[in-house]
Amino acid sequence: MSEGAPIAPAVPAAPRTGTVRRLLRHPLGLASAAVLAAIVLAVLFAPALSPADPGVSSLRDAFGGPSAGHPLGFDSAGRDILTRLLYGGRNTLGGAVIALSVALALGVPGGLLAGYYGGWFDSAASWIVNLVMALPAMVVLLASRAILGPTVWVLMVVLGFLVTPAFFRLVRGIVASVRNELYVDAAKVSGLRDPRIVVRHVLIVVRAPIIIQVALVSGIAIGLQAGLEFLGIGSGDTPTWGAMLNEAFKNIQRAPSLMLWPGLALGLTSGALVLLAAALRDALEDRGTAPASRRRSRRAASATPAIPAGSAVSAVSPGTGGTPQVTNGTPADAGERAGLLSVRDLAVSYVLPGGGTREVVHGVDLDVRAGEIVGLVGESGSGKTQTAFSILGILPEGGRVSRGSVTVGGEEIVGMPERRHRALRGSVVAYVPQEPMSNLDPAFTVGSQLVEPMRHKLRISRAEAVRRALDLLSQVEIADPRRTFDSYPHEISGGMAQRVLIAGAMSCDPELLVADEPTTALDVMVQAEVLGLLRRLQRERGLGVLLVTHNLGVVADLCDRVAVMRQGRIVETGTAEQVLHAPRDPYTRKLLGAVLDDAPARRPWQPSNAEVV
Amino acid sequence: MLSFIARRTAAGAALLFVISFLSYMLLSIPDMDVGRQLLGQGASQDLVDARNAALGLDRPVLAQYLDWLAHAVRGDFGTSWFSGEDVTRAIANRLPVTVSLMVGVTLVTAVLSFLLGVWAGVRRGAIDRFVQVFAVVGYALPGFLVTLVIVLVFAVHLRWFPAIGYVGLTESFGGWLSTVTLPIAALSVGSVAGVSQQVRGSVIDVMRQDYVRTLRARGLPPWRIVFRHVLRNASAPALAVLGMQFVGMLGGAVLVEQIFGLPGIGSMTVNYTTRGDIPVIMALVMFSVVGVIMINLVVDILIGWLNPKARIA
Repeated sequence: MSEGAPIAPAVPAAPRTGTVRRLLRHPLGLASAAVLAAIVLAVLFAPALSPADPGVSSLRDAFGGPSAGHPLGFDSAGRDILTRLLYGGRNTLGGAVIALSVALALGVPGGLLAGYYGGWFDSAASWIVNLVMALPAMVVLLASRAILGPTVWVLMVVLGFLVTPAFFRLVRGIVASVRNELYVDAAKVSGLRDPRIVVRHVLIVVRAPIIIQVALVSGIAIGLQAGLEFLGIGSGDTPTWGAMLNEAFKNIQRAPSLMLWPGLALGLTSGALVLLAAALRDALEDRGTAPASRRRSRRAASATPAIPAGSAVSAVSPGTGGTPQVTNGTPADAGERAGLLSVRDLAVSYVLPGGGTREVVHGVDLDVRAGEIVGLVGESGSGKTQTAFSILGILPEGGRVSRGSVTVGGEEIVGMPERRHRALRGSVVAYVPQEPMSNLDPAFTVGSQLVEPMRHKLRISRAEAVRRALDLLSQVEIADPRRTFDSYPHEISGGMAQRVLIAGAMSCDPELLVADEPTTALDVMVQAEVLGLLRRLQRERGLGVLLVTHNLGVVADLCDRVAVMRQGRIVETGTAEQVLHAPRDPYTRKLLGAVLDDAPARRPWQPSNAEVV
Repeated sequence: MLSFIARRTAAGAALLFVISFLSYMLLSIPDMDVGRQLLGQGASQDLVDARNAALGLDRPVLAQYLDWLAHAVRGDFGTSWFSGEDVTRAIANRLPVTVSLMVGVTLVTAVLSFLLGVWAGVRRGAIDRFVQVFAVVGYALPGFLVTLVIVLVFAVHLRWFPAIGYVGLTESFGGWLSTVTLPIAALSVGSVAGVSQQVRGSVIDVMRQDYVRTLRARGLPPWRIVFRHVLRNASAPALAVLGMQFVGMLGGAVLVEQIFGLPGIGSMTVNYTTRGDIPVIMALVMFSVVGVIMINLVVDILIGWLNPKARIA
C-alpha cells in the first residue's frame, strides 16, 4: 500500500432503499457524483469530443495559446491539450479500473473466506497480505517495469495486487465480526447452507463499506498510476495525465500554465472520489439512530424494576388503571430547602442535531440532607441520570440545565462559573458511576488515578497522596491495597473496580455522594458487599447520598427516603416505607406490581440478579 | 518486553527472507542478457558470455540467489551491473538525504497533526470544520500533484526556496534547511491530513468515554484531562496510522526526490530499477522493507507503552 492508508470506512451498515436518494440530497455527494459522471462521460466519448488526433503534433504550434478549435491551446510539442486530456483520461481511468478489478476479484472473496471460515486459509492469506503491505508500492512498480516491460496495463495489474489488502482486510474484519452475530447463528441453526448464508446475510453487510472503499482505492490507484507516468516510465507517446504533468514539469520555467489542465483533471477526479466516499458514509450513517438513544432503548428493554417480593409489598394490589399524572404524591417540601442538596424545578434540555431543543427533565424537586440516603427510582430513560449529572455539572455535550435551581451546601450551582463549580466537584459532591470498568482510565494504574485528583484538589505531596490512597483502598475492604494500587484497570475485577471508584469518590472528603446505579453492573454477591460498604462509609462519615437506581430492592435495603421519577418528572416522594408499602401514585404501584407479576412471593429476599445491563 | 522485541525481530527477519527470495526469483524471470546490454550489439558472443560469467549470471538462479544471500547478510550487496558502483556504499551515500526527509516529515506530521487533531476534537466548531476540509483535500490529492503545486508557488513563482538541488547537513545548516523545506512540506501534506483526521476522531471518541466524565466529576481541570488522559488514550490509534503513512511516504519520497532533484534513495530507485539492475533493486527492496519493519516495531512498542492492555506478554 502506498500514498497513505485509505481512511477506514466506519460503521458497517447495509444500504437500504433511500441511501442513494440521501446521497444525492447531500450537496457534496451530488456535486462529486456529477463531476465524476461528467469526467467519465467526457473520457468515454473522447474521439467525438476531441478537436484533433492525439498523436498529431505541429512544432509550429508549440506552447500555442487557446484558439478557435483548440480551446485549451497546445503543449510543448504542439499537440492539442484538450485532445490529450481526453485520451489521457481514458488511459488513466482505464488503468485504475484494471487495478481495481484485480483488487476486488482477489480481496473480496479472499476476505469473505478468511473472515467466515478462519482457520489455515485465514492465517495464510493474512500473512501474505501483511507481506504485501510491507512492500513499498512505488519500488515494486518500478521493479515490475524492469521485469514486465513498460506496458502500463500490465503494471496496473501489479498495482491491483498491491492494493488488494485494502479490500481483504476490510471484508475479513467485518465478516469475522458478523460471523458470530446471533442472526447468522440463527440462519445456521435453521439449516441454511454456508454459501446461502454468505450471500444472504454476510455479503449484504459488507456491501456498503466495499463501495466506500472502492471510491477511496480508486483515488489511490489513479494517484499512483499518474505518479508512475509522471516518472516517465510509461510507454512513450501514450497520452496520460501523469505523462502530461511530466512534460509540463520539464517546461515549468517556460510555461508553468501547462500544468493547469492535467493537474486540474487529476485533482478533480481524486477529490471527487474521496468526497463521494465521505458523502456515502454520511448517507449510510444518517440512516441509523443516534447512538445515545439506541443505548437508552436497549437498556429500557432489559432493565425492569425489581424489588424484594417481601410480605410488605404483597399488600399492594397490582395493576391499576389510573391515569399517569401527578396526583396525590407527596410533593417535596417545597418551602424548606435541605442544606446539603436541594433541587427545585430543575429542567434539562438537549440541543437536537437538526436545531431546536428537547427537554428531558421537566421541573424536578429533590432534597438530600446530611447523613441521609435518598433513592431516586424510575425506569431507564426516566431522567434519573440526567438529574444526577446536572447536580454534578457533568451533563454530556449538548445538554444543559435550562431552568430551576440546584444548591449544594447552600451554594447555587446553576449559572455558577465552571471554575468554581469544579472546585466543588470531588471535595463537596462526589460521583460513583454505574459501570466500574469503563470508568477507570485504562492507560493509568489504579493508584495514579487515585493520587492525581487528591494532589490536585487537596494540594498534598505525592507521598502523602499515596499514603492516603492506600488507606482508602483498605477502607473500601480491598485485601491487598498495594497490589491493587499498582494494577491497571484491566487487571482487576468489576467488584474491585467499583470499590476503587468508591475510594476515588471518597478521596477528597466529600459531603454528598451521587451514586448512579452503583451496583447494577455487578454480580449479586458483590452487589450486597458494595451496598454494605456504601452504607458503612455513609454512617461513618455522615454522608448525604443520592442513590440513583431502578432497583427497588436496593431502595428497601438502603434508603431513608425515595423519589419516584417517570418521564422526566417526580411522581411521588416519601419515606422508603411509605412509598414501598403504601404507594400513592399509580405509576409507583405499577412499578411494584410489575415485580409482583413475575416474581414468586414465597422467597423473602431475591435481589435483582436477573438483570443484565 | 525483550522477548516481544526478539519475537518481532525474528518474524521480521523471516519476512525479509521470504521477500528477498521471491523478489530475486521474479527479477530473474526475464532473460535480460545483461552482458549484451552492457557491451552493446557489436560485441562478440564470446565476450558477452565471458561478461555474464564474470557477473555470475551463467549459474542457476538458485545458486545466484544463495550467493547473493550469503553476501547480503554480511551487508555486502554487490556491485551495480550497469554503473559498477558498490551498492552498499551507494546506498550509504544517499541514505542521509532520504533519512533527513523522513525524520523531518515524521516530526512535522506528529506535531502538526496532534495539534490540529486535538484542537479540532476538543473545541469542535469552526476549527473542526477547517481541519476536516484540510484532511479531505490533503488526502484526496495525489502527493506528487501537491508537490508540483508547491514547487510552482514557492520555488517558481515566489522564489523563496530553490526548486532543485541538495546541500548536505554537514556542509551548511542553512543550505540544508532551504533545500529540504519544500520537499518536507510536500510530503507532510498528505500525512498530516491522514493523521490529524485520526487524532481528531480518537479524541472525540475518548472524550465520550465514561472515565473522562468520572475524571470531570473528580474536579480535575479540563486541560489536565485532555493532555494527560485523553491524549494518551487517543495516541495509540493515531500512531498506528502514522506507521502506515510511513510505507506511503517511501513511495512519496521517490516522486519528491525526483521532482526536487535530491540525491536520495528515492531518485536512486527511479534511475536504477527501471533498467533491471538486480543487485541495486534487491538492496533497495531490502532497505525499504527493513525500514517498514522497524517503524512497525517502534510503533507497536510505543502503543504498548501508551496502552497497558496492548502489552501482550
